[in-house]
Order: sequence, then C-alpha cells, then structure tokens
Amino acid sequence: MDFIAILSIFVLACFVGYYVVWSVTPALHTPLMAVTNAISSVIIVGALIAAAEAGSPAAKWLGLVGIVLASVNIFGGFAVTERMLAMYKKKERPAPKKEAN
Amino acid sequence: MGLFSFLAAATDAVIMNDYVAGPTSLAVPAEAAAHAVNPWVAFAYLVAGVCFILALRGLSHPTTSRQGNRYGMIGMTIAVVTTLVTHDIASLPEIGIAIFLGGTIGWVIARKIAMTDMPQLVAAFHSLVGLAAVLVGWAAYLNPGAFGILGEGGAISPVSRVEMGLGIAIGAITFSGSIIAFLKLAGKMSGAPIMLPGRHFINLGTLAAILGLTVYFTQDQSFWIIAVITVLAFIIGFLLIIPIGGADMPVVVSMLNSYSGWAAAAMGFTLHNTAMIITGALVGASGAILSYIMCKAMNRGFLSVIAGGFGADAGGGGGGAAQTDRPWKRGSAEDAAFMMSQAEQVIIIPGYGMAVAQAQHVLREMTDLLKEKGVTVKFAIHPVAGRMPGHMNVLLAEANVPYDEVFELEDINGEFAQTDVAFIIGANDVVNPAAKTDKSSPIYGMPVFEVDKAKQVFFIKRSMGGVGYAGVDNDVFYMDQTMMLLSDAKKMVEEINKSLAD
Repeated sequence: MDFIAILSIFVLACFVGYYVVWSVTPALHTPLMAVTNAISSVIIVGALIAAAEAGSPAAKWLGLVGIVLASVNIFGGFAVTERMLAMYKKKERPAPKKEAN
Repeated sequence: MGLFSFLAAATDAVIMNDYVAGPTSLAVPAEAAAHAVNPWVAFAYLVAGVCFILALRGLSHPTTSRQGNRYGMIGMTIAVVTTLVTHDIASLPEIGIAIFLGGTIGWVIARKIAMTDMPQLVAAFHSLVGLAAVLVGWAAYLNPGAFGILGEGGAISPVSRVEMGLGIAIGAITFSGSIIAFLKLAGKMSGAPIMLPGRHFINLGTLAAILGLTVYFTQDQSFWIIAVITVLAFIIGFLLIIPIGGADMPVVVSMLNSYSGWAAAAMGFTLHNTAMIITGALVGASGAILSYIMCKAMNRGFLSVIAGGFGADAGGGGGGAAQTDRPWKRGSAEDAAFMMSQAEQVIIIPGYGMAVAQAQHVLREMTDLLKEKGVTVKFAIHPVAGRMPGHMNVLLAEANVPYDEVFELEDINGEFAQTDVAFIIGANDVVNPAAKTDKSSPIYGMPVFEVDKAKQVFFIKRSMGGVGYAGVDNDVFYMDQTMMLLSDAKKMVEEINKSLAD
C-alpha cells in the first residue's frame, strides 16, 4: 500500500473517531478508556509478526515480550470493561443484587 | 465468555496454520509482502478496524455498551487470527505461551482490581501499550524483511524509517509518562508537582533532538540512532509528567490514553496495517477529546496543564487558608438525617474524597433509606470529579446506584434552586462559588455546581483546615444554610443511616 492510501485511511479514521467518541455518554468515560486501552493493543499484530518470522532471534524475543505485554492489556482491558459495564443498571430493580466479583 | 472464545479461536488458527503449511501455504514470502498484500488479509484487518469503531459506538448508551465490548473482542480475534494464519510461524509454542501468560495476568488483574483503583490500572495498561510499541518498533528495525518494509538495496525504506522513529518515540513517551502517572495515582509517589528549573527548555530541547535524530535516521540506518531516540523519549515522558499535580491527573490519564493510540497508529503506518491505523486513530481521538472535556471542565488551557505546577500545596498554604477564622456551623449526623428525611429533593455531589473513603456503598444505602421516606434523590457528577473521566459514575454503578439517577453538571445545575438539600461528599472545588465570582481565584471560570441556591447544604469534610486541590478557600463553608459535617465520609454516612433507620 502506498503512503497516501494509508494516510487517507488514517485521516478518515480520525474523523470517525472524533464523531463516535463525542457520542459516548460521559457516564461511560471510564469504560471508554479501558476499552480503548484494550483495542490499542492491536499492536500485538506487530509483535506476532516479529515473533513468528525467522530471521532475527533478537527480534523474535522482542516480539514475544511484546505479545505478553499486549496480551495483558487485551485480556485485562476487555475483562475489566465487561466487569464495569455489567454494573451499570437501570432503575426498577427492587432487590439490588451484588454483582459477584 | 468472549475472552475464552478468543483464546480458543487463536488456538484454532494455530491448528489451521499447520494444515496450510507446506506447498499450499497462505503465508506470503516476507520480501514480497510489501508489494503484494493479499487482498483478503487487508480486508480482514479492515473488518477488525470496523469492529473497533462499533465497540466505541456501543458506549453511547449503557444498554448497548456490552454489545460494543463484544465487537471489540471480535475485532481483536480477527486481527490476531489473520496475522497468525498468514505468516510462517516458526515459534508457535512460544507465541502460545506468551499469549497465555499475558492473558492470565491481565485476566486476574481485571477480576481483582477494586473500582476505586481504576485510574492507576488504566495508567499501568497505557504503559504496556507504550512499551509494546517500542518493542515492535525495535523488532521491525532488527528484522525489516519480516514486516515487508525493505526498500531498494536491502535497506529500510526512508518513509518507514521516519514512521518507525516516531512510533518508537511516542511509545516510549507513553511508557515512561504512564509509569509516573501510575506511581502518582497509586500514591507510591507524591502527587505534588516536581518542578525542575528550566524544564521547558530541557523538554523542548529533548523533543527537538528526537525529531532531529528521526530525520537523520533517514540518511543513516545505524542502531545507535534508534537507541538514542528511545532513551530520549523515555526521559521526556518522565519529565513531562513529574511537574503535573494530582488535580490535573484526569487530563494526564486522558492524554496518555491519546498517546497510546498515536503510538499504535504510528506502528500501523510502519507495518502498513489498517487495523492498527484505524484503532490508533480512534484511540488517539478518544483520548484527545477526553483531555479537551477535562480541560474545559476545569477552565484550564491544555498547554497550561502540560506546563504543570497546578495543585501544588496539598495542605493549602495559599492565601485562602488564613480565612478559616470566619464563622461556620457544625452539624451532626442527626441534623443531616432529619433535614434530608423532611426534604422533597436531595442532590448528592460526590467527589474524590468519596472514592478515598470507599463511601459509595453506604451512600447508596442512604439513598435507599431516603427513597423509602418518599424523598427524591439525585446524584450530580462534575466532569473532573475523581481521578479519571467517569470515575464517579463507575463507583456509583458498583454500589448499584441506577445510572438514570446520576446526572451530569449541565443537566442538573438548574435544579438546585428547587432542591431542599445539597449533600456534598468528598468534593470541594467543584462547588466553589469563587469560580463564578472571584476573578483572582485559580479556579475562576471553571463550571461549578450552584449549591448556594439550595435551601440547605451539608458538607462532609475531614476537618476545616484542609482546602481543595486547587488550594482555595470555599465560601460554601460559611454560608448561613451550610452545616459542616466534620468526619470521615464513610463513618459520617453510616451514622446518618443509623439515624435514618431509627
């Protein structure tokens, strides 16, 4: 892909991000940060390539460490977001049941 | 559970890859990858990117939010599986172990973490994204062929070098900055700003050096340049955050959120990966918008937050503290219980102090008791209450407060005139009328709750000595209709609950 194609995707994604994030309700700003944390760990893709490809043992090990770090974030980020979102409830629940955690 | 299916899917991908290995391998030879990207692969990454957009879109309302989170998981699964099936995996067991190890650590942390500790958890997670970006950048430098970024003559193409340099620099800044933010938020380091002499000069000089080296990197592909860029970026991340005080932490956490996104985007440019670019742009925009909202809610310029120094004296050595000899009234738990049970509407304004005292659960019990007596109870949340955007909302949700009883500043501020009791717990600056009247006040112009319009104000505070993070005195303490409830927030609410139950 040439640079301009990539740049176009990037610029358009910035606009999409701008409008989507403004539509997020302020009550969910903490889950927003947690989930953006999880998805920015898509950087694991780079770490996987580095770890998978033969050629440089040093790059492989850097990749493996990168996979560990990104995995902490992916699993931790999605799980903690899920846990938070499960707590947001509407009214008319007479017996507030404590979420098991 | 979605996360398990993610792992299962990843394992499937691995098995699949064993099948296709050999003559019919899907794997694209490394050298050809840059020029002949399999369109299906590019499409899969695009789908992953769209899933991430839907993940954020879901957060527009609590009812759709969990669906959104699932989209996020699906997107991540697609991205990981696509990567695994399209590369010759030379080290499958190691990759599996790495994912399992990291995944287990993340999963356990996510299950165990207390909701009050979310700000430092998020800061810690940001640092991991930053460090991962640095590692990927280094790996791309060491094995450019694997990433398909070789230009003519076996050297890394100049555009890729710039992207790589910037990606590593942003990642390193995110890493060291987040570590400092984590230490400050976790109380392992003083929240007070640390001001180095001539720090603006040092920061700008370091930044210029990083940019200069990145440009030079296009001419000379030596390893030392990457190493120096990394070290300088670590230093600048550290220097950027140490002068920023505790009160500005919501901005810092949002800003680092944004940086982690830009780091991912820069790596996406290096690796020509649309999923990373889309995600990076989304996260970068998200953090930037949150920073903007936080700055606006404090009426502070972004640059002045970055310059640091705000919220310097925790004890409040400033001019305001001297005025505490003004007359004020002390109330008791019984007073508060009586007044609130007689009220038609009570608005509760929680702040960081509520989080510190872990008072959210007893506070919810108080609202239940009041509701039994026919009192309307609402919560009012200031955008900068707590240590990160939305911090109070999560704590109240944890305590089973329904989200439709929780209101934002602009939605509820008109109601104080018709409110019998304003109940302030652990907040201070966000109710200070000086923000509207006193031009010399450091918080002048910050939007605040107009609690002075309520018929009665109860203000829970540990003692009269301390002032808010901005170090300013608060006229609300001395109003006729204000009663100060001087105690630990949790203990005081427990006592009120006892009186209400009698």
